[in-house]
Amino acid sequence: MAMPANIRNRLIVIAGLVLLSVGPPPINMLGLGLWPQEVTLRTRGADGRMRDTTVQRVPIKLGLDLQGGIHLALEVDQSRGPVADPGGALERALRVIRTRIDEFGVAEPLVQRVGTGRIVVELPGLRDPARAKQIVQRSAFLEFRITDMQNAFSAVLPQIDAALRRAGVRATGAAAGVSAVEQLLGGDTTRRADTAAVDSLAAGGAFSSLLFQGSLPGEFLVPEEDFPRADSLVHLPEVQRLVPRGLELMWSAGPMSQGARSYYGLYAVDRRPIITGDYLADAQAQIDPTYNQAVANFQLTRAGGRIFSRATGQHVNDFMAIVLDGRVQGRPPIIKSQIGQRGQIELGNASLQDAQDLALTLRAGALPAPLTIVEERTVGPSLGKDSIDKSKRAAIVGCLVIVVMVVVYYRFAGLLAVAALGFYVLFTLGGLALLDATLTLPGLAGFLLSVGMAVDANVLVFERIREELAQNKTVPAAVDGGFQHAMPAIVDSNLTTVLTALFLFQFGTGPVKGFAITLIIGILASFLSAVFLTRTFFLIWIQRRPTLKEFPI
Amino acid sequence: MFRLLKDAKYDFLGVRRYAYATTLAIALPGFAFLLFRGLNESIEFTGGTLIQLQARNPAIAEGGIRAALNQAGIPGAEVQRFGGPDEFVIRARLDPEVVQSTESTQETAAAVDTALTQAFGAATYDIVRIEAVGPKVGGELRQKALMAILLSFGATLVYLWFRFEWRFGIAAIGATAHDILLTISFVSMMNLEVSLVVIAAILTIVGYSLNDTIVVFDRIRENLRKYKRHYMVELINLSLNETLPRTVMTGSTTLAATIALLAVGSEVIRGFAWVMTFGIVVGTFSSIFIASPILLAIERRWPGEDARGARAMVPPRGPETSPGPAAP
Repeated sequence: MAMPANIRNRLIVIAGLVLLSVGPPPINMLGLGLWPQEVTLRTRGADGRMRDTTVQRVPIKLGLDLQGGIHLALEVDQSRGPVADPGGALERALRVIRTRIDEFGVAEPLVQRVGTGRIVVELPGLRDPARAKQIVQRSAFLEFRITDMQNAFSAVLPQIDAALRRAGVRATGAAAGVSAVEQLLGGDTTRRADTAAVDSLAAGGAFSSLLFQGSLPGEFLVPEEDFPRADSLVHLPEVQRLVPRGLELMWSAGPMSQGARSYYGLYAVDRRPIITGDYLADAQAQIDPTYNQAVANFQLTRAGGRIFSRATGQHVNDFMAIVLDGRVQGRPPIIKSQIGQRGQIELGNASLQDAQDLALTLRAGALPAPLTIVEERTVGPSLGKDSIDKSKRAAIVGCLVIVVMVVVYYRFAGLLAVAALGFYVLFTLGGLALLDATLTLPGLAGFLLSVGMAVDANVLVFERIREELAQNKTVPAAVDGGFQHAMPAIVDSNLTTVLTALFLFQFGTGPVKGFAITLIIGILASFLSAVFLTRTFFLIWIQRRPTLKEFPI
Repeated sequence: MFRLLKDAKYDFLGVRRYAYATTLAIALPGFAFLLFRGLNESIEFTGGTLIQLQARNPAIAEGGIRAALNQAGIPGAEVQRFGGPDEFVIRARLDPEVVQSTESTQETAAAVDTALTQAFGAATYDIVRIEAVGPKVGGELRQKALMAILLSFGATLVYLWFRFEWRFGIAAIGATAHDILLTISFVSMMNLEVSLVVIAAILTIVGYSLNDTIVVFDRIRENLRKYKRHYMVELINLSLNETLPRTVMTGSTTLAATIALLAVGSEVIRGFAWVMTFGIVVGTFSSIFIASPILLAIERRWPGEDARGARAMVPPRGPETSPGPAAP
C-alpha cells in the first residue's frame, strides 16, 4: 500500500528528531545528542601527578546536587580596607583562581564571573571543602623581609607600655616569671636558635608583660593563651603609632611549641620586602629528608634572581623572615651568603599535601585582592548518589502508574500515547544534551512532573475525539476535529508554564535553573510528542483501515 | 469503552458555598500560623549555615546533637531528623538582630563539626551537605525570589489580558490568588521550609492551575456561542461537566508523578513534592469551584457580549431549566 505524502513527510521529520536526540556518529561530532562520547578528564592522582583519563559517557551534565561537589561564591573583601579598582582585581583574581584550579586537577571545574562582582567556583566530586576553600581563597602573597636587626622595636617597648597606661590599658595577671624564661630557653630545640640571651621583658607593662624576647633580633614570643590579647593590643592605634618608622609587626603563621608550652612569634620586620612572590618562577613541595619536614622549594625568575642575590648580598648575617599572606613562615633563617634564584620555605609540621597546595598557589600567583566566600554549598557524593537513586525510583514508579492509567482509560489510543511518551522522554534528554543544560535534583523532579503534564495534551485531544465521535462523525473526521479543537487549550497550557519557567530560569540559583530548563525542554518535547507524534500514529492507523467505523478510544 | 464521568450532570455551582467554606477552613488556620509562627524561611533567604549529617553510630540522636552544640556555644541551632533515622539536619540561621559577617557562616560549619567530633568521636558520622550563605547573598536571593514571583504574575496577567476579555481574566486571577493563598496556608501549617525550590513549586502550581482554569473557560466561551438562550448557571455547569473527564484525568496523572516523588523521592526535595501535590489538588479544586462562581458573579453584574444572549443571568426560583432548547 502506498504511503500518502503527508504521512511520509511526518515520518521523515520524526526520524530526523530521533537522530538528533540520539546523536549517533557522525552527528555527535557536532556535539549533539545522547550518544555516549569520549571525554578526557584531567585529574591529579594520589601521587600528585596529573593524569588524563578518557571515559565513555552520555553527555548530560549533572548538577553538583546530584554528583556531589563544592560550590563557592567569592567577592572582593573590602571589609579590611578599600580595594582600588575592585572590578579589575576580580578579573585578575578570576585568572589566578582558574590557574590554581587547573593545577589542582579537578575534573570539569567551573570558574566564572557572575554578575558584576562575584566569582563562582564549582568543583564537582571534591570531598574536602576546607582544602578547596584554602586553594581558592589563599592570597598566596609571598614576601621576604629582613628582621629588625637594630632591635629598634625593643627600644620603644617602654614607650608603648606608657602609652597604653595612659589609654587605660592595664597589664593582666602576673608577669611571666624567670622560671618560664628558663623553661623557654631549655626547651628551645629549634635548630637555628642562636645563643643570644632571652630577656624577660616582664616589667609590669600592659604590652611588654605579654612578650618574651626571642633568640633572634626582632623576634618576640607570646604564650599561646595570651595571643588573642596581644593581637588586639598590636592593632591599637596607640601601639601602631609607636612602631619605629620602616618597621612592621607580623605574627608567625601558627604557634611554635617550645618545651611544654606553645608560643606565637611576633616579628618586627622591615616594612619594605627585599623581594615578593611576583618574581616566582616555580614552586614544588617536598618532604625535607633531613628533618622529615614539609617544605616548599621555590625558584625565582632570572630578573628576580638578580634582585634577590643583590639584596641578600647586602644582608649577609641578617635574619630574613619569609612572609606569606602577612604571616611569618617558620623562624626567620640567617642569610649566610648571597642567595641566588632558589630557596626553600619551611612549613613546620604541615603535611605534604599542605605543602603541595601551597606550592600550587605560589605557582599560580597571588590574588590581587583578598576574597571573601559569600556562599558555600557542599554536597557529599553519597548524598548525590542517594538523590539520583531515589529520583530514579520515583520516576519509574510515577511513570508506571501514569502508563497504567492512560492505557486502562484510553485503551488502544492510550497505547499510542504511551509510545509518544517514550519519544517524549528521548526528546527531553536529547534537548538537555543539545543545550548543554545541567540536570539537577529539582530538574529530575520537574522532569517527572512534566511527564504527568505531558499526558495532559493527549488527554485534551482524546476527550475531544470522544466528543466528536459521540456526534456520529466518521473516525477520520473525529480525529481531525479532536486535534483541531484541542489545539488552543494545549498551546495555552504550555505557554503559561513556559512563561513561569523563563522567570525561574532568570532569577533562580543553580538547582532551580535546572528545574526551569528541564521544564521548558519538557514542555516543548511534550507538545511535539502529543500533537505531532500521536497524530502521526493515528493517521497511519486510520490509513490502513479505510473502512473503519469505530475507534478504540 | 471505559469512561469515567461520562455525561456527568453535577451541579457544581450549587455547592459553591461549601467550596468557600472549605477554602476558609484551610486559609484561616493557615493564616493564624502565618501570623503567630511566621514562615520557615530556608537559610538561602535568612543567611546562615545548614549541615546535614549521616550518623554511623546509632547512639547519635537529636538530643545529643543539641547538647553538644549548646556546650560548644552554638545555641539556637535547629536540629531535625531528616528522612531516615540516622540523618540529621542542623540549621543555624543568622540572627538579623545581631549583624553577623559572612565568615561566621563558614566558621559555624567548622565549629559544628568540631563540637560533634568532641561529643561523639571522629568518624562516627559523615557530613553529607553543607550550605553556608552570607547575609548579603541571602538578601539577594530573597529579592530574586520576589522578582521571579512578581514578574511571572505580571507576565501571566498580560497573557490573560490578551487571551480573554476582562471578565474571564479577573475570574482567572481570582482563582490564581486563591491557589497562592491556600498554598501559603498549607506551607505555614505544615511548617515546610520555604526555599527557592519551594517557590519554584508554587509558581509552577500557578501555571498548572491557570491552565486548568483556561480549559474550563474556553469551554464556557464556546458554549456561550453555541447555546445562546441558556441560563449562565446552566452553561457554566454544562462546561464544567464536559471538561470534567479531562480535569480528573490530567489531575490524576500529574498527582501520580508528585505522589511518587513524595513517597519514594529524595528527602532533599520533599518540600517541593508536598507543595506540588497540594497545589495540584487546590488548582483543580479552584478551577471548578472558585473560578467559575467568580465568573458567574461578574457576568451577572456586567454581562459580556457573549453572555448577553443568555436571556436571564439568574434563573427563576424553582428547578433550573432553561426556556430555550434543552441542553444536551
